[in-house]
Amino acid sequence: MSVVTSPAAPSRRGARRIPVVWLGMLPFLLYMALFLGVPLYVVIHGALTDNGHFTLSNFSAIFTQSQYLIPLKNSLILSLWSSLGPAIIGLALAAAVVSGPRDGVLRRVVSSASGVFAYFAGAPLAFVWVASFGTLGVITLFFKSNFGYDLSHHFDISSQLGVGICYFYFQIPLMVIFITPALEGLKPEWEEAARNLGATRRAYLRHVAAPVLAPSFIAAWLILFGSAFSAFATMLALDGCTQVVVPCKIYFEMSNNVLVNSIPFGLALGTEMIIVVGLVMIVYWYVQRRAGRWLR
Amino acid sequence: MSVASQAVAGEFITDLEAPPRPRRRSGRRPRAWRVVILVVMGIFYVLPLVCSVKFSLINQKGTYGLQNYTAIVNNGALSSALVLSLEIAAITAAVAVLLVFPTTVLVRLKLPKLTILMEAITILPIVVPPVVLAAGLLQMKETAPLWIVNAFFNHPVTILTPLYVVLAMPLMYRSIDTGLRAIDLHTLVDASRSLGANWPRTLWRVVLPNVQTAVLGGMFLTIALVLGEVVIANQLDQSNLTFPLQMIEFASQDNAPGISVAMTLTALLFTFLLLFMLSFLARRNGPRAAR
Repeated sequence: MSVVTSPAAPSRRGARRIPVVWLGMLPFLLYMALFLGVPLYVVIHGALTDNGHFTLSNFSAIFTQSQYLIPLKNSLILSLWSSLGPAIIGLALAAAVVSGPRDGVLRRVVSSASGVFAYFAGAPLAFVWVASFGTLGVITLFFKSNFGYDLSHHFDISSQLGVGICYFYFQIPLMVIFITPALEGLKPEWEEAARNLGATRRAYLRHVAAPVLAPSFIAAWLILFGSAFSAFATMLALDGCTQVVVPCKIYFEMSNNVLVNSIPFGLALGTEMIIVVGLVMIVYWYVQRRAGRWLR
Repeated sequence: MSVASQAVAGEFITDLEAPPRPRRRSGRRPRAWRVVILVVMGIFYVLPLVCSVKFSLINQKGTYGLQNYTAIVNNGALSSALVLSLEIAAITAAVAVLLVFPTTVLVRLKLPKLTILMEAITILPIVVPPVVLAAGLLQMKETAPLWIVNAFFNHPVTILTPLYVVLAMPLMYRSIDTGLRAIDLHTLVDASRSLGANWPRTLWRVVLPNVQTAVLGGMFLTIALVLGEVVIANQLDQSNLTFPLQMIEFASQDNAPGISVAMTLTALLFTFLLLFMLSFLARRNGPRAAR
């Protein structure tokens, strides 16, 4: 049968194959364009127009008025430390888990819990936080009744510090998820080779493991930074968003348009966030390509 | 690279010929820091959870009881919110699998160069602020034609599900891609195709069963996501119908944070148990899938 059809088949299939294969990508790409691309486009478009005319006034407002600049500064500071801390802790945790047995209960628990905590995300974890360190939280009451020490005077869960540490709860698992493949990619043979060449364990970590892992670590940290920068649910759940950060500002500008039409400013702030995240993703893209060199 | 690997191989062979070196040291030395990290992390995660359990067992009169948990079933608004959120979760998970699974197989088989594009696209939902997505949709609601508003914006299922599919992309793609990496996809597909199966049948009957734990993992994480998402829901679902929104409402308006914490713990435990049981299923399916 194949003898009969083969003379014509290769050329026809060769010509048709490429478009057909690419057609298979269409549903996914169209879906993402429609439900991710279009909303982002609408935000940017709305920020740049005023009654159908092109304008940059919304942007000059958000980059000159302190009521818009302070949230940006706060957001960047908060995202920086609440991504760098979890990145380091997450790396250590992942390393501790990866160096254990592959099929162990520990690994199962950590990987299942990482998934739940990382994607269950901000809002529910905020309630765990409230239950522990809130004014009526179990730990707060424990300190009050046993030591006469009022924790809530010194540590406010809805302060920037409190919110940032609450971010740790989903940022550390996110780091574990993103860095574990890289750690698993470190081949035992490399350590054996280094050892046989006379390297100490520290020298191996310093000269082999660290350089190989560095791009993956930076890439994962960048994702964490973006995740912290865009996080909003925790603050919303903790206290209805009293923090002066960009997502809260957007939230209020978009919902509060009774007195002044503040929606264009909300959209401009949204564009600002897209720009920051876009820059982060460009660096991520570059670093990730370097990471692939050794670990794939 | 090749020089390096030759060197590695060379050293490895001399290592085999040499008398066995005491290799225990490298296995034992990291123990101390491992234990420290695991204990500290254990406390960091378990202590607040234990506190939450205690907190959730105190009912509104100040006595201990299970009232906060029974409220999830007995309170009409709460139980219907739970049903609605599980409904959204199920549709979201199904649509996400339908979109991601065939596309990822296609990329792995025929268009490996697009892997980096897929990774870039599917990582976007983690970093794109959901509040900005919601802002875009609010703006669309103002300007879109009436039939679109009527078709999408009037019910939480129709407006939230499509966006949750986008949010589910990172976890669904990573999960399925890891699953596909662990199997010999080319051989499976070639075998199936040469035995006469068409593409849909190959995907459904041959490839899918081989990555079922990965697909289920992605679906369970999607459920976790839907049971916890509040930002988009808060802006687009005006009557606060979903489960996570009810969580917030009980804490802020009805002044019953105990119920919110009980809801949180129930949802956390539910999704954790789903994933944990899945990890055992993964082992039973043999070493290939267990990777």
